[in-house]
Amino acid sequence: MSKRHRKLLLFTTPALAFFLAFAVFPLIGTIYISFYRETKFVGLANFKFLFTDETLSSRFLSAFLHNCEFFIIAAAVQLPLALLMAALLTSGRVRRMTGFYRTILFIPSTLSVVIVGFIWRLIISPLWGIVDYPLLGEKATALPTITLMSVWQYLGIPLVFLYSALLAIPSNIIEAARVDGASDFRIFFRIKMPLIAPQIGIITILTFIWTFNGFDIIFALNGGMPGPDFSTDVLGTLFYRTFFGWGADQGDQNLGAATATVIFLIILLGTAGYFATIQRRLKVSQL
Amino acid sequence: MKVQNQSKNLLVHFVMIFFVLLAIGPILVIVINSFKTTDAIFSGPLKLPDSATFTLDGFKRAILNGNFIGNYINSTVITVGSTILTVVCSCLAAYGITEFTTKLATVIAGLFTIGIMLPVTLGTVVILKMMVRFHLLNTHLSLILVYVGISVPLGVILMVTNFKTVSNDLKEAARIDGANEFRTFLIVLPLVKPGIAAVAAITMLPIWNDLWFPLILTTGPKTQTLTLGIQQFVGVHTNDWQALIASLVLGAIPLILLFTLFSKQFIKGLSDGYGK
Repeated sequence: MSKRHRKLLLFTTPALAFFLAFAVFPLIGTIYISFYRETKFVGLANFKFLFTDETLSSRFLSAFLHNCEFFIIAAAVQLPLALLMAALLTSGRVRRMTGFYRTILFIPSTLSVVIVGFIWRLIISPLWGIVDYPLLGEKATALPTITLMSVWQYLGIPLVFLYSALLAIPSNIIEAARVDGASDFRIFFRIKMPLIAPQIGIITILTFIWTFNGFDIIFALNGGMPGPDFSTDVLGTLFYRTFFGWGADQGDQNLGAATATVIFLIILLGTAGYFATIQRRLKVSQL
Repeated sequence: MKVQNQSKNLLVHFVMIFFVLLAIGPILVIVINSFKTTDAIFSGPLKLPDSATFTLDGFKRAILNGNFIGNYINSTVITVGSTILTVVCSCLAAYGITEFTTKLATVIAGLFTIGIMLPVTLGTVVILKMMVRFHLLNTHLSLILVYVGISVPLGVILMVTNFKTVSNDLKEAARIDGANEFRTFLIVLPLVKPGIAAVAAITMLPIWNDLWFPLILTTGPKTQTLTLGIQQFVGVHTNDWQALIASLVLGAIPLILLFTLFSKQFIKGLSDGYGK
């Protein structure tokens, strides 16, 4: 091994060791034990059970659909709002207040979901009477309500991405357009938006990964059997139940591993598919 | 023209203030109510406390209740420990990657780039098995190990962009003076301080607020984190609203404070880390 390689490994080993041992290995190990029952290799039996057992398979499907709903609502609300705020912050019309606005708008993202869940549950609870309707108690409104709480909390993150992306646009491009008499709106939609399209794409895919991997806000509000009547159950809470158990239900680590593997596949396929198709085109159109 | 411009500016401020109120309003409502008696919390949730309804009982009971202080210490030890380890490992690795540019370095950097997006919580079954095997269940160390593993990819990538900006002159000068590679690394380190602050800021936030791993690895009363403690408080003591609201406020303070002090670093970390 050359001296350069030896030095490279010397410096990178601590980080690699942590990453491989506590992130990569557990994921690979999870896939591995999803093919086992106790110590016996059973092939796809755990997966077959997951997809054919009457209760479990219907729970899985409904959790998956809830994740889709969560993702779509979150992306559809979060992105335009974050874009609007970032556009206003970089419009040159708020000047000295920019830092103040940006800081305050990010504060909800620094809270834990436990606090966010509690704050909103109290605010919309019939106890306080600000909202009359039991938003969290009805099957139709429970999941959208929780999604909006999550949007409220994490809006600061896409805002910061888009804000930095908009700031990075060279000012001479904008000046040239302005000299040509283009309006603020035209400049934003025709020049700025296409230039930050890759960042918009990255935010969308991160939102996808985070929502399909998400668990916290649902668990914080509704525990491991997210009601009413599982209407807010997502893949994360289903995974928690299958491997850790909840109430009278015993956990099963092999079945849990199989559930995690399927979720991992969903995220992997979604992400890979996205990068192979859309993101590549965004980069090309930028050039 | 000027008048029109000013009215446009005013409109923008108006919209931004609306969003600011939306973001901070719910938090302020909770803070206000943490200083009130239980009756006042429910009779007028949006009212400010006055001389008749003002009380600090909630805070007293929240702090004296159970493990609050212990949980605070646990969260601090875990967050600070993970952050320091992440920063040290990230700096070393990033220095290696930028300094010894070989094919292998590109592969390692690529590995960490993918690592940023890896949903590590899905490996929890195996993480739990590992911690049971090593007798690390209900220890601070179990959480620190996992958090460093999760945080290191973003830390490395962020530090790589920082180390790339360091000019070669200083490194060459150090080497000519006979400094070994590790000394050279230490000499360069002060130049990437802003990057280190960004990594520290962005590592801390999700660790302090995490619910998943404490729920699985450290449920014991002695190692419970603040976030998990509050979650269980929310579940159990639903009748002591005063103490509950006060404990939420106390739990939120450290990060809000840290963030307002270091908001530039936070934002730099976020946009440099994921945006590129």
